[in-house]
Amino acid sequence: MPRAVAGPEIERLIQLLARLPGLGPRSARRAALHLVRRRADLMEPLTGALGDALEKIVVCGACGNIDTRDPCTVCADNTRDGSMLIVVENVADLWALERAGAASGRYHVLGGTLSPLDGVGPDDLNIETLVQRAHEPAVTEVVLALNATVDGQTTAHYITDLLREAKVKITRLAHGVPIGGELDYLDEGTLSAALRSRTPF
Amino acid sequence: MEWTDQGIVLGTRRHGETSAIVELMTPGHGRHLGLVRGGISRKVKPILQPGNSVQAVWRARLDEHLGNYTIEGTQLISDRLMGSAAASYGMQSVAALLRLLPERDPHPALFQALAAIVARVDQPSAVAPLIVQFELRLLAELGFGLDLSECAATGNDADLIYVSPKSGRAVSRAGGEEWKERLLALPLFLKTEGAEASADDVTAAFALTGFFLLRRVFEPRGIPMPDARSSFLATIARGRRPHPEEAASDLGFTRDRQL
Repeated sequence: MPRAVAGPEIERLIQLLARLPGLGPRSARRAALHLVRRRADLMEPLTGALGDALEKIVVCGACGNIDTRDPCTVCADNTRDGSMLIVVENVADLWALERAGAASGRYHVLGGTLSPLDGVGPDDLNIETLVQRAHEPAVTEVVLALNATVDGQTTAHYITDLLREAKVKITRLAHGVPIGGELDYLDEGTLSAALRSRTPF
Repeated sequence: MEWTDQGIVLGTRRHGETSAIVELMTPGHGRHLGLVRGGISRKVKPILQPGNSVQAVWRARLDEHLGNYTIEGTQLISDRLMGSAAASYGMQSVAALLRLLPERDPHPALFQALAAIVARVDQPSAVAPLIVQFELRLLAELGFGLDLSECAATGNDADLIYVSPKSGRAVSRAGGEEWKERLLALPLFLKTEGAEASADDVTAAFALTGFFLLRRVFEPRGIPMPDARSSFLATIARGRRPHPEEAASDLGFTRDRQL
């Protein structure tokens, strides 16, 4: 068994850092060492930021987004188009769409997709509030911005069924050739979806 | 340990940051799981979608290990699956039913039935009778097969139009006259190969297989019937849009932009 080279506090820090995505035990050790070296200008502010975030983070009661206020920054923004509701799987997808800056609608975070293999059913997702929001008079379009996977699209079909009675236009993201994509390297499914959804040029 | 087999993807679950656990239905090794390294990469993920047919090589040090798959796509149909509600629900329902089988237990007949479903998965009217036949086959493979060869009351093999909910055996029109309110309907296409299946026949057939699946499989195991099955039945009952082009035209805003 290897001998410990640092005290239990530092070992615990390394163990916790190693649980972050993208970090293994070696990179966690490097990150911990970096923090230890820069205690004043990095470790201390980081500790404070983590504490503040832990204390203030809440899930938005309206859309399911994660923020430090409820309603969240997106929901509280009056300049956004209230007629468009963009449904996403998780907060990472919301952030990705916001990075793209392609739409200025409001969002609804489902918290996952239906997945029988993982035992995720409709009751595990934030679908009930979505149905309520889609029935609000201001909402005229629901965009199903879900992943182009069978689970994602099954969830989209399920939501479409639930919103049948709501007077909203239901749309979904296009499937096809990505920017910079070369046809030779695309899978058959993407190619046939792209060909079916071709548009005049 | 190593084997090579064809397979149809039933499901994929993320494992760690880069890998995926893939569930395949294979003819020679049944429902079999394995790890695909790099399975969530942009290149591999489209291949690991449910419904796709693949060529799989499974390797493990010991037979009881999860093992690693090396997978190559042979027929990728998941785009057709995603475009149709009936196809998505149908595939999810079939996959959920296959999970009733123990892992690594070969059921080549069920694999063939699944392959037939996958081949016509985006044609709801054609695939629904295939799914019913699949459910009948599944009941048989689970040890609860229905005996549709002769009448339980008279022993005749003609004019069989009912099934007894108690015994799971066919009953003829004459033999079941007295109890017809309590008997389940037996559509002709379930016992005569090549017979036409009307919408009412398909509905009756799903009621028949649903009854025995619930009574003999799901209730004893204390698990609910898969939601996808009822969603599939509701979708084919509505006969609603099967394909994205039709869905787009329903919305009335993209047809003019499509060729």
